[in-house]
Amino acid sequence: MFSFILRRLGLLLPTFFGITLITFGLIRLIPGDPVEVMVGERTLDPQMHADAMHRLGLDKPIYLQYVDYLHNLATGHLGESLVTKDSVWKEFTTLFPATLELAVMAMLFAAVFGLLAGVIAAIKRGSIFDHGVMGLALTGFSMPIFWWGLILIMFFSVKLGWTPVSGRLDLAFDIAPRTGFMLIDAWLAEAADPSLNAGAFKDALKHLILPAIVLGTIPLAVIARMTRSSMLEVLREDYVRTARAKGLSPARVIFIHTLRNAMIPVLTVMGLQVGTLMGGAVLTETIFSWPGIGKWLIDAISRRDYPVVQNGILMVATLVILVNFIVDILYGIANPRIRHAK
Amino acid sequence: MSLLQIKNLSVEFGSDKNPFRAVEGLDLTVDQGEIVGIVGESGSGKSVTMMAMMGLLEGQGRIVADKLQFDGKNLLTISARERRKIVGKDISMIFQDPMTALNPSFTVGYQIMEVLKLHQGLRGAALKARALELMEMVEIPAAASRLSAYPHQLSGGMSQRVAIAMAIACNPKLLIADEPTTALDVTIQAQIMELLVSLQQSQNMALILITHDLAVVAEVAQRLAVMYAGQVAEMGQVPDIFRHPSHPYTEALLKSIPEHSKGAHRLSTLPGIVPGQYDRPSGCLLSPRCPYVQERCRAERPALTAQRQGAVRCHFPLYDKES
Repeated sequence: MFSFILRRLGLLLPTFFGITLITFGLIRLIPGDPVEVMVGERTLDPQMHADAMHRLGLDKPIYLQYVDYLHNLATGHLGESLVTKDSVWKEFTTLFPATLELAVMAMLFAAVFGLLAGVIAAIKRGSIFDHGVMGLALTGFSMPIFWWGLILIMFFSVKLGWTPVSGRLDLAFDIAPRTGFMLIDAWLAEAADPSLNAGAFKDALKHLILPAIVLGTIPLAVIARMTRSSMLEVLREDYVRTARAKGLSPARVIFIHTLRNAMIPVLTVMGLQVGTLMGGAVLTETIFSWPGIGKWLIDAISRRDYPVVQNGILMVATLVILVNFIVDILYGIANPRIRHAK
Repeated sequence: MSLLQIKNLSVEFGSDKNPFRAVEGLDLTVDQGEIVGIVGESGSGKSVTMMAMMGLLEGQGRIVADKLQFDGKNLLTISARERRKIVGKDISMIFQDPMTALNPSFTVGYQIMEVLKLHQGLRGAALKARALELMEMVEIPAAASRLSAYPHQLSGGMSQRVAIAMAIACNPKLLIADEPTTALDVTIQAQIMELLVSLQQSQNMALILITHDLAVVAEVAQRLAVMYAGQVAEMGQVPDIFRHPSHPYTEALLKSIPEHSKGAHRLSTLPGIVPGQYDRPSGCLLSPRCPYVQERCRAERPALTAQRQGAVRCHFPLYDKES
């Protein structure tokens, strides 16, 4: 197991290198530079522009800028935002819990309903439920996130007025950020002072529900389809027949003997969906004005805030890689044949 | 009273409009402590019969029978829940390919203990001790350490021993072995058969041995049913059938055993294949392949008629008391 982890870690270095190269290159390919964007519509004196670029170190040849960037990374410097002058690390850690909260809820929603729908569709193969679920999954998978988000806002927030349109919490509440997870913070605040913050938890949940559904839709569709096909495959296996021949209950045959083996490819897909989740977070957070990493990155791109874009994306990518790495380990736990491979 | 009584069992697959009878009008009785062989070529309905009896067809096949009784319980009217109390406990089954019959995600010990927990309510140390005892009963070396092994770490022969341990865990009254040695090496085949027979004797189980290896049946079984295209062609005492087969199909099977054709230049074979769903002859199902076929055979399907201590489904049985 230990050598298995070491081998996987060794594969990460080239991936990191590739990510730095891509983010560094792409943000510089966009027309305009940070100084131009800061100045905006006002006319810019070429001398001042050159001075400002020099101060930011952006007048050096591009390969030197890249070497500087790598050097800073290697020594643990993520730099400061060109706009706010705050350190990128600090901004990231302040905003990240919001994105994590959203992503976890989205994944939870996707995993619970995706697995359930996939398992039932597989058991009732060919039934109306099966066709219905698979049709819906295809629809969900093909849906543009921003459109889906707007439709849900129109219906649930504007028409029915069930959920708020944007943000994480109603302004009426005053909640001290402790963990950064609004659900937990609101719950703590409500418990500490029930008169002042009554209903804060419910309000936080209401704010979270629509964005989580929007963000979780594609993973839900992918998980449901993968679970179904994987279950169908495993249900044909001899050992499922053996399990039935033991006199085990149908629930035990399905959820222990079949799902355990069918989960192996589903787990991999779930891990890959974390990437989709991070990409989707950018859109979802923008639609719902959710103060997280996604919105932060979009703003940074439009301001040409190079350090934030480069290192923000690098950190998100690191996270995706880490999650996939954890999935690989879980995969080994779920599948003893891999764990014992030499 | 017999332990297992099957009367006029039919199993149908496919749609109502276009059904396919995998098993047709099958009669079989098994007494406590006896070994019955069921022989027939692939697709003759051997396994399907047993799976139907155990309720393992999972709604895929339609089962009709006049009687399907095990140990005094009517398996036709029993609820699924009641059936699960019998299956795996009083009736258990061993399958053909041991390498795929065990769940790859769970240890061998877990899979054995699962049955013991379910049917005997064993827990804790007693559970583990019983599992170990079973592993030793099926002669697995270093049984204690093998309890935590995964199926992929075992050879085919070892896996089959584990499958046997699982099957005999609750001292079943009836053990069904569905081609238990077909997927194994020749050297291991004999060991597994010996193990099965010795367990059958020590536990006084009834054993149904599904096989296409007549030599094995001759060695261990007391009675034999020969199946052809979903029907019993002939059944009776093993010595009777081996000395004087009554059905032309049985005779052909016996002739195709290599040991029986010593000195012959070519191994005797029966040309043709078992009729499928759409090419069933209107007369005797064997009529297109039978070397003794007559006009009546092509026109009229023979019924299973009592003969000696068994029965035969043939208009012109080869063995006749009078002749």
